[in-house]
Amino acid sequence: MPYACIFVPDFPVEALLRTEPELRSQALAVLEGKTPLQKVCGVNNVARRVGITPGMSKVQVEACSGYILRARSELQEVAAHAALLDCAQSVSPRVEDLGPDMVVLDLAGLRTLFGSPEQIARRLENLAANLGLQANVAVAGNPDTAMIAARGFTGTTVVADGEEAQSLGALPIEVLFEGREIPDAETVMETFHRWGIRYLHDFAALHGVALSERMGQQGVYWQKLARGETSRTLVPVEPPLKFEESVELDYPLVLLEPMAFLLSHMLEQLCARLEARALATQELRLELQLEDGAHQEIPWEEIGTGYRPAKARQPFQRILRLPVPLLDAKTFLKLLQLDLKAHPPGAPIQKIRLAAEPACPRATQNGLFLPPSPEPEKLELTLARIAGIVGEDKVGSLELLDTHRPEGFRMQRFVPGEGRGFSRISTDEIKKSSVSPCLRGESENLVTALRIFRPPKKVTVTIRDGRPVHLAGPKEMQGEILWAAGPWRSSGDWWEQEGWSRDEWDIAVQCESGIALYRLVRDLLGGRWILEGTYD
Amino acid sequence: MSSFPLFPDDGPTRPFFETQPDVSRRNSPTGSALASVVPASKLVARFVPEMASSGVNEIDDLTGGLPRGCLTEICGTASSGRTSLLLAVLAAATRRQEACALVDVSDAFDPQSAATAGVRFEKLLWIRCGAQEAKEDLSARLKSSRLYASSRDKKMFPETPVEQALRVTDLLLQSSGFGLVVIDLGDVPLKTARRIPLTSWFRFQRAVEKTPTVLFVVTPAPCAQTCATLVIKQSAFSSQLSAESLDITKQPAHSQLLDGLHIESELLRSRLERKPARSATAAFASKAVRTG
Repeated sequence: MPYACIFVPDFPVEALLRTEPELRSQALAVLEGKTPLQKVCGVNNVARRVGITPGMSKVQVEACSGYILRARSELQEVAAHAALLDCAQSVSPRVEDLGPDMVVLDLAGLRTLFGSPEQIARRLENLAANLGLQANVAVAGNPDTAMIAARGFTGTTVVADGEEAQSLGALPIEVLFEGREIPDAETVMETFHRWGIRYLHDFAALHGVALSERMGQQGVYWQKLARGETSRTLVPVEPPLKFEESVELDYPLVLLEPMAFLLSHMLEQLCARLEARALATQELRLELQLEDGAHQEIPWEEIGTGYRPAKARQPFQRILRLPVPLLDAKTFLKLLQLDLKAHPPGAPIQKIRLAAEPACPRATQNGLFLPPSPEPEKLELTLARIAGIVGEDKVGSLELLDTHRPEGFRMQRFVPGEGRGFSRISTDEIKKSSVSPCLRGESENLVTALRIFRPPKKVTVTIRDGRPVHLAGPKEMQGEILWAAGPWRSSGDWWEQEGWSRDEWDIAVQCESGIALYRLVRDLLGGRWILEGTYD
Repeated sequence: MSSFPLFPDDGPTRPFFETQPDVSRRNSPTGSALASVVPASKLVARFVPEMASSGVNEIDDLTGGLPRGCLTEICGTASSGRTSLLLAVLAAATRRQEACALVDVSDAFDPQSAATAGVRFEKLLWIRCGAQEAKEDLSARLKSSRLYASSRDKKMFPETPVEQALRVTDLLLQSSGFGLVVIDLGDVPLKTARRIPLTSWFRFQRAVEKTPTVLFVVTPAPCAQTCATLVIKQSAFSSQLSAESLDITKQPAHSQLLDGLHIESELLRSRLERKPARSATAAFASKAVRTG
């Protein structure tokens, strides 16, 4: 029964490089601890070549040249660990979590699905690379051997059955104790060095009984590990479907445009993780931690508006809800950019947290002969751009409210695929889209439409014998009233503060271009006359 | 979709295809053989777009429907029945389950009338342009710290509704997928509507070309000029406003009821057919909402 182990060396560094991949080619060292006692906890290969090693103090690092220092980020490490679990889960449901930088997965029964162990190992390596992690992958007959091989060999390794001791033999003895909590590890290592044991094959060759006499059962267990003879049951975990990416910034961001680069990397990682789990998202939550008590210069134009910067700021949150599940990092980025443009955070940004609510991907299968409909991704972008031009509350589809109140409607999100499903459209209806003598539109519903004046036009009306006879208003809306019908009285909501009561008249007025028909309204509560619209 | 017939055919596409055979060739020795062959230069091939129903039989009879991938312009003064026709077109398109967009420059759309006309709102994207929003937007921008917005956000002058409408229409046409895109310039002053650059109309026309979108523009007077494939002029009257009826209006006002409009549509321009010898018109009536 084969097992695979995915191990990410230099995990603190890899966690940072996920959001800043451009630093991969530079010497990067990660510091941890408080300021005077900061020490290097992780370095990449370039930094090793420069001479920076883990455990060095910041002062020692500063003696080297051409390096980049970053503070260790727990948030990014949590996200990287979640990505590692997603990588494993995308191949096998039986995954054991062995720490932030290592997972083991059961490959039983996956040969027909993913191919040979070599192919599976390469697939896992590529998946990890897509998620921004450079990982070692090893496949072996038992979990412990796979773990040791993953720690010891870079890239992909497949340990054949029965050749475990031979394969692991070339590894240094230190590999055996990496990642394990052994109280007297230093003493044990000193003992091994005193015995002249440098590599695992030296240790594996020791006589078992003699080793037991000197190191006890613990020593026998270590020897079994070195020989690849251990056997244990995997303890699978069910990682929660939580997709979050966070970035803590060393220096606060003051412009939105540079933030787009960070958001782009974060969104790509989120999409890669969702894709690895065969999911999409319908809701994105962006949380920005703003600089507390930041001193902001108030531009002179703003002094008049009474705007003052807040001393203590709450996290700035934006929620992006999508009509259909999507998985396109570029679309998400553009939508977030447009949203932030419309709602700028208003202070320097210290921390960015981006979360995606997972949803099942949409399964679309439109027919060839169905009426045209905009693509959801394109439509969302278009709607966001239009909202940036006319305002968010002025774009969408409308819904009539159950009221007789004027303007009794509300705007809602436009989703053309909602309501009646496409699959249920009859062929006859589709055919009506083309005009032929036998298939034409129905014109019995032709109504005299009203064009509303928003806001309504205030007018002065002369009343004679209880009917309006003269209209005085804006330039083109004045003159003798030729004909009038009404009043049609309506009222409502009198039990609430926003009660309304009005008399409506339909009137004809002679104007320059001819006779115009208007709807004239008298607000009975306010006592004013308004022109509500024109019949057209 | 559109097609360009290349060879003479007596089939059903004949009305869209006219040839002008060269009579002089018939007298040459090979003329009889070549008489039936028409030089390409003499072919008068007309663009034959797919037509969509306007929802009004009389308009369909007059124009053959609304051409897809083309710009159709409806013009007329106030109370000339433009909006009634617009609602009929929207109702027909949404009945066909097509996604429609209404760029409402004056924010004059009446949902009650549209609901009565049979417009399905779930298929209609309503974009309400307006200068008021631009002012709000400006104050919001002022309120937010300008230090943290990009320089492009610092535009101090709000756009006019017509400018907004042109930008929005560009976006809608670029996104594609809409069966009908309406630009309602009905309440825009004629001077402003005529100031819309011809390049904008050309751009719109090019954007909808070879797409199944009907671009429908409502204007106070013809504005799109050569870019419009179809131009219809609307005029309307109410029978209740005739001289005899006005005499009768000595009756109390509450006994009167606006019953509707008698609308007359005149085909001013059509690039689909030759210019008619005389004015082609169609007449139909609309019913007021109150009459049910």
